[in-house]
Amino acid sequence: MSSTESLNGKGLALIPRADAAQTMKDFKSDQEVRWCPGCGDYAILAAVQSFLPELGLRRENIVFVSGIGCSSRFPYYLNTYGFHSIHGRAPAIATGLATSRPDLSVWVITGDGDALSIGGNHLIHALRRNVNLNILLFNNRIYGLTKGQYSPTSEIGKITKSTPMGSLDQPFNPISLALGAEAGFVARTIDSDRKHLQSVLREAAAHRGTSLVEIYQNCNIFNDGAFDALKDPATRDEITLRLEHGQPIVSATKAVRRAADGGIEVVDRAGVDEAEILVHDAHRPDPSLAFALSRLDAPAFDHVPIGIFRSVDRPSYDSLMAEQLATAVAEKGEGRLDALLRSGDTWEVV
Amino acid sequence: MTKQVQQLDRVIIRFAGDSGDGMQLTGDRFTSETAQFGNDLSTLPNFPAEIRAPAGTLPGVSSFQLHFADHDILTPGDAPNVLVAMNPAALKANLGDLPRGADIIANTDEFTKRNLQKVGYAGNPLEDESLSEWRVHAVPLTSLTVRALEGFEISKKDAERAKNMFALGLLSWLYNRPTEGTVRFLETKFAKKPDIAKANVAAFQAGWNYGETTESFSVSYEVKPAKLDPGVYRNISGNLALAYGLIAASVQSGLPLFLGSYPITPASDILHELSKHKRFGVRTFQAEDEIAGVGAALGAAFGGALGVTTTSGPGIALKAETVGLAVTTELPLIIVDVQRAGPSTGMPTKTEQTDLLMALYGRNGESPVPVVAPSTPSDCFHAAIEAARIALKYRTPVMLLSDGYLANGSEPWKVPDMEDLPDISVEFTAEPNGEDGAYLPYKRDTETLARPWAVPGTPGLEHRIGGIEKAEGTGNISYDPDNHDKMVRLRQAKIDGIDVPDLVVDDPDGDARVLVLGWGSTYGPIAAAVRRVRKTGAKVAQTHLRHLNPLPANTGDVLRSYDKVLLPEINLGQLAMLLRARFLVDVMGYNRVRGLPFKAEELAAVIQDVIDSE
Repeated sequence: MSSTESLNGKGLALIPRADAAQTMKDFKSDQEVRWCPGCGDYAILAAVQSFLPELGLRRENIVFVSGIGCSSRFPYYLNTYGFHSIHGRAPAIATGLATSRPDLSVWVITGDGDALSIGGNHLIHALRRNVNLNILLFNNRIYGLTKGQYSPTSEIGKITKSTPMGSLDQPFNPISLALGAEAGFVARTIDSDRKHLQSVLREAAAHRGTSLVEIYQNCNIFNDGAFDALKDPATRDEITLRLEHGQPIVSATKAVRRAADGGIEVVDRAGVDEAEILVHDAHRPDPSLAFALSRLDAPAFDHVPIGIFRSVDRPSYDSLMAEQLATAVAEKGEGRLDALLRSGDTWEVV
Repeated sequence: MTKQVQQLDRVIIRFAGDSGDGMQLTGDRFTSETAQFGNDLSTLPNFPAEIRAPAGTLPGVSSFQLHFADHDILTPGDAPNVLVAMNPAALKANLGDLPRGADIIANTDEFTKRNLQKVGYAGNPLEDESLSEWRVHAVPLTSLTVRALEGFEISKKDAERAKNMFALGLLSWLYNRPTEGTVRFLETKFAKKPDIAKANVAAFQAGWNYGETTESFSVSYEVKPAKLDPGVYRNISGNLALAYGLIAASVQSGLPLFLGSYPITPASDILHELSKHKRFGVRTFQAEDEIAGVGAALGAAFGGALGVTTTSGPGIALKAETVGLAVTTELPLIIVDVQRAGPSTGMPTKTEQTDLLMALYGRNGESPVPVVAPSTPSDCFHAAIEAARIALKYRTPVMLLSDGYLANGSEPWKVPDMEDLPDISVEFTAEPNGEDGAYLPYKRDTETLARPWAVPGTPGLEHRIGGIEKAEGTGNISYDPDNHDKMVRLRQAKIDGIDVPDLVVDDPDGDARVLVLGWGSTYGPIAAAVRRVRKTGAKVAQTHLRHLNPLPANTGDVLRSYDKVLLPEINLGQLAMLLRARFLVDVMGYNRVRGLPFKAEELAAVIQDVIDSE
């Protein structure tokens, strides 16, 4: 077995363990948190701060890298290493860091504008390369820090400051996009469900390679209530299609099954034979079924899959690169500068 | 028959042909033979950006010029003594540079009616009187090659393609070059295609034998080895020297090299070269774009690597925001700009010095960046180490301004001894530097003003940095007006205080009244021009800037101590403007932006004019 294979599914294997148990307090920085009161980011921050101790990693080996936007202030509030960078570029910066330092647990914090608009290119390339990164994409379907313009995940016809007659662009579905880039780990969760959020983070951290976690996050100033249907006890259980590996894909009232045309469809759970209901296989090598699942929230948000769409092991970029370096040394020996400079055709003048 | 051997002190040869004719390879091989022989040399490859322009057309002409001598030389030469023209287009495109009396070796097989028409020749210049002022050697290179390769198990097309090796063999005979290296080279290059290897070697030897026996060449020439300092030499191009310099910087600093890069002419060769040296722990990352290239390099630098990105002008435009982030986070980073003709796409394979102001000022905010510019191909090695030294010592991004001329040009290089390379090792911060065990990421070294560098994995020094203005000391986000003013000034003072060596002026008698100043790749042509002027008895001083930011401390004094200062630049006067503004000295510019290096003769005339106008 090559060293790369042995690392699959062991995202934390190379990262030093903490000597003693940690608590949430260990991960809080001394900086005052400055998001708008009521922002969904608070819930995510608290969930992350209380989740990190259970990873049992040395705090100094954890790095949070962010771009620009409300969510990208996140690293300042965590007592780990952190790099608040520039708009859209966090995946690129994190790629350089993670590729040269396999002993670090590197987390990218980004938003829908940061990751999918200005940084779209870096995101898809990070996903296809499969660098050992955990990308948390806070999706509130609006630009917050620039005060309320529509974002690449805003629904068509969105009335905002920059689109007084309604936005014209078709939105991205971040899950579909990530699956299209053949990301190995793709999941969706929601800011208000701490238990689910943390369970997804746990799986993401354990995955070696790039994991993308879309977190539905409420912007109570510019797009309040965007995900209320998923939070309101009256509608929540009906709308939410839970994705759990090995379990039938159902909500309280609906079920997913194969359609006659070869696709998948959502039907009333009541009238459907249990055996017909699609059983979720997150480890399916081919991403097409996961992609089909990712389309179920469109167009009307009538039913929304939540959970891990895909979790498939493939060698991570940083491991493969480390392997090439090791192979080069094994085959040719460690580089010697003097010999390198004197390689090729030389001649001596006496 | 023993042919006469005539001694020459120097020769300039230009190989010219179609882009697909292998002229760069032929030139490279002749260069290697020449280097092996011990001549001093300088080369100028000149090729179109198109990979294969339509065959036989003027835009498709590719050439390689080589100047070699029995003494030290500084440029690839102004005007060729010999032109090898593989087709009519190559003749037409290059004849204008050829002085009367020069030799033309033309491949007559390609002078067909159709090929002549393609480039607008009414008749065949090899057959009419139009070339009577040159010495024309009409040689059917293609058919001689094909005939020499009869019996080889190769296609006619492959046989024809070996004509460049026939030409190389002929030229190797003509100038008494050693041939073993080329034979070895061909055997290695075509190791997987032994038939092709044998055919190319045979074509090469047939070319040599043709020279020995044909009556078209009655004389061969010898240029004695140059008297160079004792030592081991190799021929090196600017891009190769720069790649080696970056590896040396990694070794001398003890930090692993991380290159984030996106392919772009004429910088790609540095990426190619570095990707070969994984056993030095070199990580090369071909990014999705220029921005990701520099971003990944900066991320690696945050993690304690020697972060480098390589590009050319258009790439620098894209990287600007990330360089600004490196300025404010005060992380070491090397940004290599192999300048090319602009604006926009410009002329990708042609050289220019037009990115100086962009390198210095092309970012938002007050964003000072040190700039280092190598002066010759081999100087790229040392300039790369110098850029790394500054980046690591002062925790700053550094711009390294090479250009297309240095990148592709080559010269003999005396391989340095390891003990002569500078120690640029760094120590990461491992202990708290504030009260109560606090770590202050922006508490500066009192001498260099550099901030400490604590890398992830260091316990107790967890901290956050970013693009938002930081409070002095703590590095926490700060919008305080006075803090910002102070931080802007501190960042500037740090760069202004970088230790760079004083300008050294070459003024043999110490009484010249005219100073010629240059920067970067114009060193060779300027120095050659200065030599010519001095040979006439005129007095002229010369000095050359390698550090463009900060400038050497004595720059103002040097400029003010001459009546006239002449500054040739391959731009419209970028450095001249800066020097005039900074030192109030009436610097005279000489500016040509033709995508080509200056010629020594051209600069000598300009210098003479300035002296005469005294």
